[in-house]
Amino acid sequence: MFQDKKAGIIKTASWGSYFLITLFAPEIARESRPGQFLMIRVSDSLNPLLRRPLSIHNRSGQEVEIFFQVAGEGTKLLAQKNAGDFLDILGPCGQGFSLKPEFKDQEIFCVGGGRGLAPLYFLARELQAAGARPVIFYGGQTLSDLPLKKRLEEAGWETHCSTDDGSSGFRGLVTRLVEKELTRRKPYYLFACGPEAMMASLAKICQTAVLPAEFSLESIMGCGLGACWGCARKIKKNGEIKYLRICQDGPVFPAEEIIWPGD
Amino acid sequence: MVDLSVDLGFLKLKNPVIAASGTFGYGLEFQPLYDLNLLGGLVVKGLYFKPREGNPPPRLAETPGGLINSIGLQGIGVEAFGREVLPRLAGLKTAVIANVCGEEEEEYARVAEYLSQQAGLAALELNISCPNVRKGGKCPAQDPEATYRTVKRVQQVSSLPLITKLSPNVTDITAVALAAQEAGSQAVSLVNTFLALAIDLRTRKPKLGNVLGGLSGPAIKPLALRMVFEVAKKIEIPVIGLGGIFNAQDALEFMVAGASAVQVGTANFVNPLACPEIIKGIEDWAKSQGISSLSEIVGSLKV
Repeated sequence: MFQDKKAGIIKTASWGSYFLITLFAPEIARESRPGQFLMIRVSDSLNPLLRRPLSIHNRSGQEVEIFFQVAGEGTKLLAQKNAGDFLDILGPCGQGFSLKPEFKDQEIFCVGGGRGLAPLYFLARELQAAGARPVIFYGGQTLSDLPLKKRLEEAGWETHCSTDDGSSGFRGLVTRLVEKELTRRKPYYLFACGPEAMMASLAKICQTAVLPAEFSLESIMGCGLGACWGCARKIKKNGEIKYLRICQDGPVFPAEEIIWPGD
Repeated sequence: MVDLSVDLGFLKLKNPVIAASGTFGYGLEFQPLYDLNLLGGLVVKGLYFKPREGNPPPRLAETPGGLINSIGLQGIGVEAFGREVLPRLAGLKTAVIANVCGEEEEEYARVAEYLSQQAGLAALELNISCPNVRKGGKCPAQDPEATYRTVKRVQQVSSLPLITKLSPNVTDITAVALAAQEAGSQAVSLVNTFLALAIDLRTRKPKLGNVLGGLSGPAIKPLALRMVFEVAKKIEIPVIGLGGIFNAQDALEFMVAGASAVQVGTANFVNPLACPEIIKGIEDWAKSQGISSLSEIVGSLKV
């Protein structure tokens, strides 16, 4: 865990409301694992006050990337940063996705909804490096919600896209696309990150298919270190439901342990 | 050479900066980031006798310069703390202070009694002022008599020095501070958070799962400073000041207002290195002012 007060922005890219920032942060890059996140100070002022938790999208040598969508005041400020600016970042935070030795030679589904693709790129790269075969499912409302489609295809991974309006790939929800694919083949494991409704639905699909899965959750956070308990969420561990910290006990949890609103 | 140490009478701190309860976990969470021995002290998260589930999420809402929280004192309970956490804090060369909670007087007493039998604690902070856990009534810190009774009851069962943490959600905080002093508290810390509300206009729902929460951060600093000033004038026991301290200047202002030491809370989230940086900033300031001992500035406000 490191606080880098002056992580230099090497480059930025944007597609509509989606942004990619590449940062020089050697210590954090060295320790990062897929599914972990950074706590990022988006402004020197006291408004907004809290850091923003953002998934580590990629690591390359001494660099880390973050991929995000403008969703509020904090991400709006972050989106205005340019190459040459510095960011105060803390990380890597949280527990990442499990990377099990038995994934070798197995097919692993990685399902991302919109900005939820953020942690899955790093994950797919590590899966591939470990000899597994990542299969990507990438869903959005419309084509412009799939800015990383080309990048995924260039990485050489089997990639399935879906859009609500059919402007790219399968017309309909990405969960429906996964469900369809599951009638044809069964992967060894599934990882996902995306909107709550997507993950709640995917949890049921995985349960029916008896497919082990892990999901990465999002929350407002105070510290990102497990100290404040501000990001608590109901999780079922060993048959007992209790509030766990998304920042420290997660952000990745086994799908069957997550309690969904309305459950 | 500046002497940063602070003598509270019952407790000597190597410097006046204490990490505040509720923002610093059980102390160990910040260990990967810096040496905890740099701190004057640290106050662990509030402890009830039994483990506690806490409030429904969302538990945090931001406001300009502020943070409203409604954690609800989720925690592992005092026995698990004594068994699993305290032994890991015991080797620290900083004042480890436990924050004592209770649903009613007897629970405060049970928690305090248990803790006073453990090794490794420098003092207890009596949390009679959390705005998030009231059960159909007021917390003791909103009433001088209830404050007196709770402090007195804890004094009977605990041999550790007692710091009573006061609520700002009162008309006259000095009356409550006097009651704590009269009951035998060795110090008071103030202020806890201000009861607050944040609304999502789109849904017309409260932003917090528990409707109301406690406001902290720079937004409350002038209010907290005023209360520290008022209380320090009225009581004999030391005052530990807190409320929106984000840098050395804030900390020093609290000392000038009458605080013998300070606590840093919400700043730990925004800048995890806030406490060590504030300590360094205090030292630099004292050097630049030719101040050899920090006690010189406590209560030095010129009015």
